Order: sequence, then structure tokens, then C-alpha cells
Amino acid sequence: MPDVILDLFSNFWVALVGKVLLVALMIPLIGMVIGFAEMKLSAKMQNRVGPYFAGGRWGWAQLIADGVKFFQKEDLIPADADRPVFKTAPIWVLVGTVALFVVIPFGPDLIFRDLSVGVFYALAISSISTIGVLMAGWSSANKYSLMGGLRAAGQLIAYELPLVLAVVGSVILAGTLSMSGIVEAQIEAGYPYIIFQFVGFAIFMIAALAELTRIPFDMPIAESELVMGYLTEYSGFRFLFFFLAEFANMFTMSAIAVTLFLGGYWLPGFSESQLAYLGPIFLMAKVFVLVFVMIWFRWTFPRFREDQLQSLAWKWLVPLALANILVTATFKVVF
Amino acid sequence: MADVRAPMPGSGMLKGLWVTISTMFKTIFAPGKNLRTVNYPKERETPVARARGVIALDQEACTVCMLCARSCPDWCIYIEGHKEEQPPSTPGGRIKVRATLDRFDIDYALCMYCGICVEVCPFDALFWSPEYEYSEKKMGDMLHDMDRLQDWLETVPETPGLEAQ
Repeated sequence: MPDVILDLFSNFWVALVGKVLLVALMIPLIGMVIGFAEMKLSAKMQNRVGPYFAGGRWGWAQLIADGVKFFQKEDLIPADADRPVFKTAPIWVLVGTVALFVVIPFGPDLIFRDLSVGVFYALAISSISTIGVLMAGWSSANKYSLMGGLRAAGQLIAYELPLVLAVVGSVILAGTLSMSGIVEAQIEAGYPYIIFQFVGFAIFMIAALAELTRIPFDMPIAESELVMGYLTEYSGFRFLFFFLAEFANMFTMSAIAVTLFLGGYWLPGFSESQLAYLGPIFLMAKVFVLVFVMIWFRWTFPRFREDQLQSLAWKWLVPLALANILVTATFKVVF
Repeated sequence: MADVRAPMPGSGMLKGLWVTISTMFKTIFAPGKNLRTVNYPKERETPVARARGVIALDQEACTVCMLCARSCPDWCIYIEGHKEEQPPSTPGGRIKVRATLDRFDIDYALCMYCGICVEVCPFDALFWSPEYEYSEKKMGDMLHDMDRLQDWLETVPETPGLEAQ
């Protein structure tokens, strides 16, 4: 790159705006790719064609067409709605997603900010979208929305615990809370932590599915009971925000899981200098495998019942995660 | 003797996962055999002969009795008629009064294809036709007048006849 541009980007504020723009462009792009993959794969799993008309071949432009359609729609706000809360709720949901990108290491040096408490930050910041969901449910002045919002709050609080506890195993093994530190520890150890932390990985993925309120944990938007849950009253680009946040969250959650359990940007047999270029590709590939699994689960399993959901979290996942921590810590001390 | 052992817990979940992923690969690699849908405007399915596509009207058979309009749950049938006096069939006989259709419209934007009108018609003036390609750009154009309904009559398949003769 020419020196002029490098000089420009050495300015903190210019670099900051550049990074924010990059993430702001990445989220719709990732959302579209995952959304389109979901449409096509779900169609194949049900012996259907899926979208095929928009864009000429395979219907590749379907999601772009959908986005344009959402922007054309009227931005309806219910008369009884709590207007400022209703209007800002989608932004909070998206903020949680954007903020997660900060600590994901895409390569050895490719990380927006390597916080020393990266894991803690990621888990804490992902709870912001819970507030957004609760705000959306409350402000809509609609009983379905309120029910959906409260269900989401109950579910997200219940599954935050196993999510955090599942991560602790990896943190103990790595001895650091920094996201890139955990990847480096895995490179040093020579194996991804899934080998010894399979239980943690499984718990993390189950809890992540619940955090994302995806099927089989989609009680907050259970269409057959709650119309569309907390999204009922949303239309136009505010609905699009929720929609994008859901798909981008699938990406970020999978990226965290990849970083903590699957070795992040690292594949065995590649040197540090090679990883600088190939790392992001490896990370993306691993993330999309996990995203595929999420889509696969969605089109296979039926929805849980609300009490089954809670008992799964409190009776199974939390004790299992605690036992996992105990065993991991013991092994760490003994060996 | 039946197998009394309980299946392994979670085996049902794995079975379900296997069904979806095997279906996915089958549909990707052998779409011809496995696709259950068609690329509609490019390919067309022929509907079964007795499919409920559109309702056809036999104007000659209609006696303007209004039973169909009254039984319609959506009130999507609009009928108007008048009485016409006809000369007596035999000289010196009574003058006959015949009801004639002026208007018979079905609003397919409202119709829910329940077929009650077809069933209730005492003079076999209404029929189901399997034609389905009559979508319009404007909602008002979904209102088919009696001439258009008469045209649908050509597409009505042959009645198989009564079961018990």
C-alpha cells in the first residue's frame, strides 16, 4: 500500500472509522450469505428448489431483492407503542452483534482490539441484544410481543449461564481470557481444545443456539403461538435490522466457538507467516461449518416446550458444565 | 418376540439429522428424482382432473335462484336477473315467466374455493375446472363476469356419471 494511505490509517480516528465501516459492511454481507444458504439448504432438505428466480442463476440475488423490498416498506409504529423505545430496540440488537466483532481474531494480527478480557467481553456484550429484544417486546403494546419478549428474557438469562460456564474449560486450559491468547495457546499445544473440551463445546453450541433463539429454541418467536413474538409489530428496515442481527449473530457465535474450541484461524501444518494470509479463510471455513450445523439443526428438530427448555438449561447443562470445569481444573493442576 | 430394549437415548435425534442431510444430498445430486416442486413459470404441472382451479358457469342452466350467492361464505358471488315473459307453448295457454341472468360475477379475490356454491346448485349450472392460471396485476380484474365464467366451461372435464344407475 502507498505510504499516504498507511499514514492516513495510522491516525487513530481514521483507522477507527475505517474499521467500523468494514464491520458495518461485513454484517449485511454475512447476513445475506448465511440467509441465502439457509434458504437454499432448507429447500434441499425438503426436496424443494428454493429461490431460483432473482438474479438469473440459482436465485443468488434473492436476499438483495428482499433487502430492497424491506427498505421500500412503510415503517409502521403502533399507536400505543412506546415510540423511542420501539424505535431504538433494533439498534440495540445490532449493537450487540457489531460489538462482538471487536474481539474475534481473524488472523495472527488481524483483530480489531485484543482485549485481555476478550472472552469475558464477548459474553458480556452478547447480552446487550437481550435488552434490545426485551425492549422490542415491551414497547410494541401487543400481548404477543410482550409474551415473546419475556420468553426471550427468561430463555437468554437461563442459557447465559451454561454459555459462560462452558467457556471456562477452555479458559482454564489456555490460562488466559484473551481471544487471540487462547488461539495461540492452542497452536502451542498443537491441538484444538475440542479434543479435551468436547463437553464444553457441545454445551456451548446448545446454549448458543438458545441465545440466538433459533429452532429448536425459538420460543420467543414461536409462530404457531405468538404470531412472530417480539417481532410482531416490526416492519420495514427495523425488521431488517432484527433479521440481519440474527444471521450475523449466528456468525459471531460460531466464530467465538471456533476460536475457543476449534483452534480459530489455525490449521495444523501452516506456519505463522502463512496463517497471516490463510488464517481468515480457515476461520471463515470453520465458522461456516458450524453455521451449516445450526441450519441443519433448525430444519431437523421441532420446537421445545417452555418448561423443557428451562429444565434442559438448569437440570442438565449447568451441572454438566460445572462438572466439566471441575474435571478440567483437576487435570490442569494434576498434569 | 418384539425387541424390548429401549433405544439409545438421543438416537432419534441422530436419525432425524440423518434424514435431513441425506435428503439434502439426494436433492442436490439427483434433483430429477427427488424434487417435489417445479420451477413454476418455466415448468408446469398438470393438475389432476378434478382439481379445484376455477368455477365455471353454464348460463343456460342457471335459473337465478340465488342459492349459490346466499350460501357463499365470502359473499363473493354477485347475481342480478329479471323476469322475462315468454309466449305460451300452446296457443291459448298460460304465459310463462322465465328468470334471465343479467349479471353473474364471482370475485376470485374473495373466493376461498370451498365449493359450496357448486354443491348447492340445484340445476348443475356451476362446475369446477382445473384451470389455475388467471392471476391479474390489478385486484379488480379478479372479478370474473358471466361471459368469462361461461368460457371456463370448456375446460371442465367430463363428468364420470352417476355411480348407481
